[in-house]
Amino acid sequence: MTNIKMHVLVCGGTGCTSSRSMEIVDALRAEIKAQGLADEVKVVIAGCFGFCEKGPIVKISPDNTFYVQVTPEDAKEIVAEHIVKGRKVSRLLYVDPKTTEHISDSKHMDFYKKQLRIALRNCGFIDPENIGEYIARDGYMALGKAIFEMSPKQVVDEVKKSGLRGRGGGGFPTGLKWEIAASYKADQKYVICNADEGDPGAFMDRSVLEGDPHSIIEAMAICGYAIGASKGVVYIRAEYPLAVERLQKAIVAARETGLLGNNILGSDFSFDIDMYYGAGAFVCGEETALIRSLQSERGEPTSKPPFPAESGFWGKPSNVNNVETFANIPVILLKGADWFASIGTAKSKGTKVFALAGKVNNVGLVEVPMGTTLREVIFDIGGGIRNGKKFKAAQTGGPSGGCLTEKFLDTPIDFDNLIAAGSMMGSGGMIVLDEDDCMVNVAKFYLGFTVEESCGKCTPCRVGNKRMLEMLEKISAGKATEKDLSRLRELATIIKDTSLCGLGQTAPNPVLSTLDNFYDEYLAHVRDKRCPAGKCKSLMQYVIDPAKCKGCTMCAKVCPAGAIAGKVKEPHVISQEKCVKCGACFATCKFGAISKR
Amino acid sequence: MDKVKSLDDLRKLKAAMQNATELREKGQNIDKLIEVKVSMATCGIAAGARETMAAMMEEASKRGMKNIVFTQSGCMGYCHSEPTVTIVRPGEEPVTFGDVKGQRITEIFDSYIAKGELVDGIIPLASKSIHD
Repeated sequence: MTNIKMHVLVCGGTGCTSSRSMEIVDALRAEIKAQGLADEVKVVIAGCFGFCEKGPIVKISPDNTFYVQVTPEDAKEIVAEHIVKGRKVSRLLYVDPKTTEHISDSKHMDFYKKQLRIALRNCGFIDPENIGEYIARDGYMALGKAIFEMSPKQVVDEVKKSGLRGRGGGGFPTGLKWEIAASYKADQKYVICNADEGDPGAFMDRSVLEGDPHSIIEAMAICGYAIGASKGVVYIRAEYPLAVERLQKAIVAARETGLLGNNILGSDFSFDIDMYYGAGAFVCGEETALIRSLQSERGEPTSKPPFPAESGFWGKPSNVNNVETFANIPVILLKGADWFASIGTAKSKGTKVFALAGKVNNVGLVEVPMGTTLREVIFDIGGGIRNGKKFKAAQTGGPSGGCLTEKFLDTPIDFDNLIAAGSMMGSGGMIVLDEDDCMVNVAKFYLGFTVEESCGKCTPCRVGNKRMLEMLEKISAGKATEKDLSRLRELATIIKDTSLCGLGQTAPNPVLSTLDNFYDEYLAHVRDKRCPAGKCKSLMQYVIDPAKCKGCTMCAKVCPAGAIAGKVKEPHVISQEKCVKCGACFATCKFGAISKR
Repeated sequence: MDKVKSLDDLRKLKAAMQNATELREKGQNIDKLIEVKVSMATCGIAAGARETMAAMMEEASKRGMKNIVFTQSGCMGYCHSEPTVTIVRPGEEPVTFGDVKGQRITEIFDSYIAKGELVDGIIPLASKSIHD
């Protein structure tokens, strides 16, 4: 028997490591050794806990103490107080913003209460680099069950019955996709994992790969068994170095353990996985472009049909699923399709991971059952809007999605409701906007992204989106008319209808959705030449209130453009022609005489 | 790690690996387990609390008990009776025992931990902690 009485889990995700969590690990280990406790206390580098807002996170088991915003300098105190003497370090506990009470167990935090972690089940719980810990948590048991207790068709049927839909954006039924791929006969088929996570702000796939890489390997092998493929390919972006490293190690460990390779678990089934690195092009998240990129061709989509299930990687039948989709597979096989289908809404089963970001208090990764409302995600789990500001909209679905306004706060989130509300699930990015955000600016941001990422193959996307972006720029510069708004909508609709792939077909969504929900704001820009949120620089004016100005000359001194004139002790005036709207005068004035309008 | 060559091998490996994450699993289900909190104040440690904790963990493992979890707590103020141990049976009020060492460990295991029967040497709890 071991003498280990305590596990100290330190978050080793990308977020926390960039806040020195590996130094915390070293400091904890050194201090534990110094106290002579190396045989009794184990420090484990775990995956992402999701509560990135409060990272780095250190969790102590079995007493479930959850320390937040820990620094390497705190290690000594944690060891001396908590580990040696059993006293919790109160100052490092999470403080509930509503009650201002210290909460030591994460189970009692609003951030975790409403979450249901299926895809993220092992993230922040196991050491991702230790295959043994994954196996201890039923790892590879689903693969064993599939190979020895189920026929490939039964596996496909089970996935179909679960109602799992693709988590990468499209929401296509996973079981159906497998069935189609299984139906083609070929000497070689491929299972492809799409780990080219590209939506701005989304990082759930990265976290799963970093925190639970074996779940993806196991799921890909299960898929291989189901569709009759012996080769797996992971297309991962090279800009995820930690995820690449952990997945690589996991593949090696799985091979060494005999869970990848020939005759897995003594059966006739053989399967192995290769990794390919993408250069980070958004369009390569589209499956046909991804496959072309895998073949060392330009990352451009091809028209479907033929679908990859018929003719994919090297012309062979291929099944492409996203990381989060795969992460659900082992659980579905072990717990059963009925269990999975009991979670969620009528047509969207299971859970969805959202990357909560923007003007919300608790930024992080949250996994909730489908059908949870936006209000629950933003106000209960997310802790509401930062600095007590007013909620304006939530942008979901990334550059292909749209904005959900206040009237959708109580809509249950699932694939179909989001589409009905003019947005989409996408890969699960959720960016919260407050009253200070200008919606024209938001549309411009996302469109700027897609224009940058367009592969240039088809005209509507290459040229159309660029023209739309120019129109938006014209609007925020105050040079557009109402006619431009109707032309903008017309062009958006044409691009949507005529683009070749998902990127172009969805690129106008942020524009259309903001036009639909915030038409007044667009009108203010074109008719009144005013930006209600005060974000569009060209439409903003800094003015001096002559009644408040004391003529101290400070503003004139700091103005880099020489736009402020006036005599000492007399009210000054800003020349709007010369003003570059840098705001230096506004920040300098001690009398509050300068205002934005 | 040896190669697993059959489903049986995998099951064996799982059983062998169970203790790797057992403490964390227990932490997640702590409400359903018998929690033994050993008071680790300076006087407790001086009186042998660390040895008591080790001995109790060994006793539990000897008895093959899986439904028990050991944690540490701070000074409880019962310096006269160290080492002190608080035991929380699921859904029941905590009970604190004083002078827990040697023979008393087996006694507490035999009666309170196994059957929920009280033994002599209980310290009446007059306070609650914010973590309760």
